[in-house]
Amino acid sequence: MTRKKRRLYMLGLALLGLGAATALTLTAFEDNIVFFFSPTQLQTQDIGDRNFRLGGLVEEGSVSKMPDGVTTRFRVTDTVHTVAVSYRGQLPDLFREGQGVITEGRMINGVFQAREVLAKHDENYMPPEVADALKEAEHFKANSKEQKPSS
Amino acid sequence: MIPELGHYALVLALFVALVQSGVPLVGAATGNAAWMGVARPAAIAQLLLVLVAYGALTWAHVVSDFSVSNVVQNSHSMKPMLYKVSGVWGNHEGSMMLWVVMLTAFGAAVGIFGRNLPPSLKARVISVQGMIGVGFLLFILITSNPFIRVVPAPLDGNDLNPLLQDPGLAFHPPFLYAGYVGFSIAFSFAVAALIEGRVDPAWARWVRPWTLAAWSTLTAGIALGSWWAYYELGWGGWWYWDPVENASFMPWLAGTALLHSAIVVEKRDALKTWTILLAIITFSLSLMGTFLVRSGILTSVHAFAVDPARGVFILVLLAIATGGSLLLYSVRAPSLKTGGLFAPVSREGSLVLNNLLLSTATATVFIGTLYPLFLDVLELGKVSVGPPFFNATFIPVAIPMVIAMVVGPFLAWKRADLLGALTRLWTAGVATVACVAIAAYVTNGGGPLLALVGVGLAAWAFFGSLAEFAERIRLFRIPVKDSWNRAVNLPRSAWGMTIAHASMGIAIAGMTGTSAWQSETIQAMKPGDNATVGAYAVHFDRVGAVQGPNYSAEQGVFTVTRDGRHIATLAPQRRSYPVTRMTTTEAAIHTTWLSDVYVALGDPTQNGTAWTVRLYHHPLVPWIWIGSLGMMLGGLVSLSDRRFRVGAPERRRAAKGSLQPAE
Repeated sequence: MTRKKRRLYMLGLALLGLGAATALTLTAFEDNIVFFFSPTQLQTQDIGDRNFRLGGLVEEGSVSKMPDGVTTRFRVTDTVHTVAVSYRGQLPDLFREGQGVITEGRMINGVFQAREVLAKHDENYMPPEVADALKEAEHFKANSKEQKPSS
Repeated sequence: MIPELGHYALVLALFVALVQSGVPLVGAATGNAAWMGVARPAAIAQLLLVLVAYGALTWAHVVSDFSVSNVVQNSHSMKPMLYKVSGVWGNHEGSMMLWVVMLTAFGAAVGIFGRNLPPSLKARVISVQGMIGVGFLLFILITSNPFIRVVPAPLDGNDLNPLLQDPGLAFHPPFLYAGYVGFSIAFSFAVAALIEGRVDPAWARWVRPWTLAAWSTLTAGIALGSWWAYYELGWGGWWYWDPVENASFMPWLAGTALLHSAIVVEKRDALKTWTILLAIITFSLSLMGTFLVRSGILTSVHAFAVDPARGVFILVLLAIATGGSLLLYSVRAPSLKTGGLFAPVSREGSLVLNNLLLSTATATVFIGTLYPLFLDVLELGKVSVGPPFFNATFIPVAIPMVIAMVVGPFLAWKRADLLGALTRLWTAGVATVACVAIAAYVTNGGGPLLALVGVGLAAWAFFGSLAEFAERIRLFRIPVKDSWNRAVNLPRSAWGMTIAHASMGIAIAGMTGTSAWQSETIQAMKPGDNATVGAYAVHFDRVGAVQGPNYSAEQGVFTVTRDGRHIATLAPQRRSYPVTRMTTTEAAIHTTWLSDVYVALGDPTQNGTAWTVRLYHHPLVPWIWIGSLGMMLGGLVSLSDRRFRVGAPERRRAAKGSLQPAE
C-alpha cells in the first residue's frame, strides 16, 4: 500500500470517528441537557414537563419531614420568589435551612419533585449558580416597583 | 522562622527554575556542553529547594503553628496526625506545593537517570520542565502563598473539611498529581523533540516508561477518589460524571492513547507526529484539569475558595503551554520524517484504532464537561450535563474499543490476518457466550439489555487477554513445563499488558454489575425495625454515642442476615465535627468480594426516635477497584521491563527474544 493511500485510509477512519462522535454528542445533548432555573425565572418561563435544576436558598423554617420518615418538604427561595420542593431520600450532610441548595427534578402539580438534592461540600461555599440567582433576584427586586407576593 | 525559610527556599527555587529553563536551552542550540551541563545540577537544586519549602510547610502543620494562615484555615490542634500531614495537600496552597514537588522530582529524575540520553535532548527536556516549574512557582508565590502569617495568631485553627479527613482521600491527591505531573515529562520530551527536529524509536523508548509511570499512578489516584466517593458520600455511587471527575478522566484517556501510540513509534518508527501531538494534548488536559478544579468555577469538594486571580493565572499558563507547544508543533511537525508502512489490518492498525476511539472518547467527555461552562460564559443560560449524556456518548465508543483491545495483540506487525486472529480467539468467544448465558440465567432476565453486553465485554476482555497469554506460552500445545519456562522468560511488558487488559475486564464486570443490578432501600427505621435489601435482611439493633478525637458521632448497630444466617454486624456513623459545624456520613460496608452490603445512617426524624437509613446491595462493586488496582499493577510490571530500565535503552536487542512482545 502506498503512503498516500494509507494516509487516505487513516483520514477516512478519523473522519468517520469524528462524524460518529459528533452525531452521538448532538443527539445526546438534545435529550440530556439539564437547564438551571431560579424561582424567579420559573415565574416567567414555561418549563413544561421537563427535567431541570432548581437552585436557591432553603427557606428558614420551611423544612419538614413527612410521616413516612424519608420524604422531606421544603421551600427554595431566591429572596423574591419561592418554590415548594418535595424530596424522597437521604439529604446531603450539609443540607440546612438558610443555606444554598441545588435540586434536580421536575414540576408536578406546582410542587417540584426532586430526584436529587446536590451536596455542597464546604460550609462557606456557595454554588456559583445559586450565587448568581440570588444576585439576579436582588436586581429584580430593585427594578420592580410593586413587589409581587411570593407564590 | 521556619515558614520564612520555606518561603525563601521557594523564591530561590523560582530563580533556579529560571536558570534551568534558559541556560541549557541556549547551550543545546549553540552546542555549548558546559551550558547544557547546567541542566542536571539545576534540576536537582530546584528539587531540593522545593523539598525544603514543602518540609517547612509540613512542619508548620505538624506542630500546629497557628501564626501561619494556611495552618489556621486547614488544621486544628486536635486533628489526628495522619490528617495533619495529609492536610498539607488537603487545601489549595498546599496542593499546589505538592504539584511543584512532583514536577521538580520528575525533572530531577530525568537529570539523574538520563545519563544515556543525547546531551542536547536531555538539556532541552530539563529546560522545558524548568519552564513549567517557573509557571507554577510564580503561581504559588503570586496567588497562593502558603507561608503568609497572621497577626495576632489565633489559639486554634478552623480544622480541615471533615470530608477530607479520611484515609482514602489522604492518599488520593499524591497519586493523582504524580499522574498529572508525570505527563509533563512526556510533554517536555515532545517539545524537546520538536525543538530538536528529530523523533526516533530511541525517543519513544525514553518517553514510554515515564508515561507508564504517570498512567499507573493516575489510575491509582482516580480509583482512590472513586472509592472515597463510594463510601464517604453516603449514597453508594462510584462515578458521577462530575466535572471534577472528568477533569482527571480526560488526561487518563489521552494518556492511555499515548501509551499505546508510543509503542508504534518504538517498534515501527511510525505515528511519530501523532504521538508528539498526543503528548502535548495529554499534559494540556492535565493542566486544564488543574484549572477546572482549582479555579473554583466548579462546585465540588475541590473548590476551596473562589479567587478569580487564581483561575486567570492558570488559564494563562494553560494558554502559554498549550498554545506555544501547538504552535511549535505546527511549525516543526511537517519536517519530521515518517517511518514504517503498514496495512490497515495489522498490529499498528489496531493501535491506530485504539487511538482513534480513545481520542473520540476524550472528545465527548471534553465537550460534555466544558459545554456548560461555555454557555455560562456566553450568558446563554445555565445548564448541567449529567450521567445520561456521558452514558449515551461514552459507552458506544467504549464497546468497540474493548472488542478491539482483545483482537489487537493477536495481529502481526505490518500486515495481519484478521480471520486467523479471530479463530485463535474461539476459546475466549465460547467463554464470553457462556458468561452472558449464565448472567442471563442468574438474573432471570432482570436488568437492562446493556448489562448483558457489559458482561459479554468483561468476559471477552478477561478471557481474550488470557487467551493471548496462553497462545504466547503455547499452553497445552507443548509440555506444561516448557510453557512455564516460556512464561517466566516472557518480557515483563507482555506480562504487564495481559494483567492490565484482563483487569480492565474485571473492572468492566464490576461497573456493569453494580449499575444494572444494585438494589436500594431508603427507609425510616427505629431501633428494632427490620428492612430488606436484595436477598439480605437488616435488623436495626440500637444507636449509641461514640467520641472521636475531633468529632462526636451517633453510631447505629445493624445486623445483616441472609436466609436466617448471620452475615455481619455493621456500625455506620453520623459524625459531627464541632469546629467546622459539619456532619459526615460514615457508611458501613460488608464485602464478600462478590458484592457489598452498604448501610448509611442518615438524619434523625423530627422527634428523634427514627433515622433515615439507606441500604444498598451492590453486586460486583469491589471488582471496580480490584480491576483498577490490576491495571495499575499491569503498568508497573510493564515498567519493570528491562528494555525500559531507565538508562539502559541500548540493551533493547538483547532483551527482545524470539517472540514479539505486544503491549
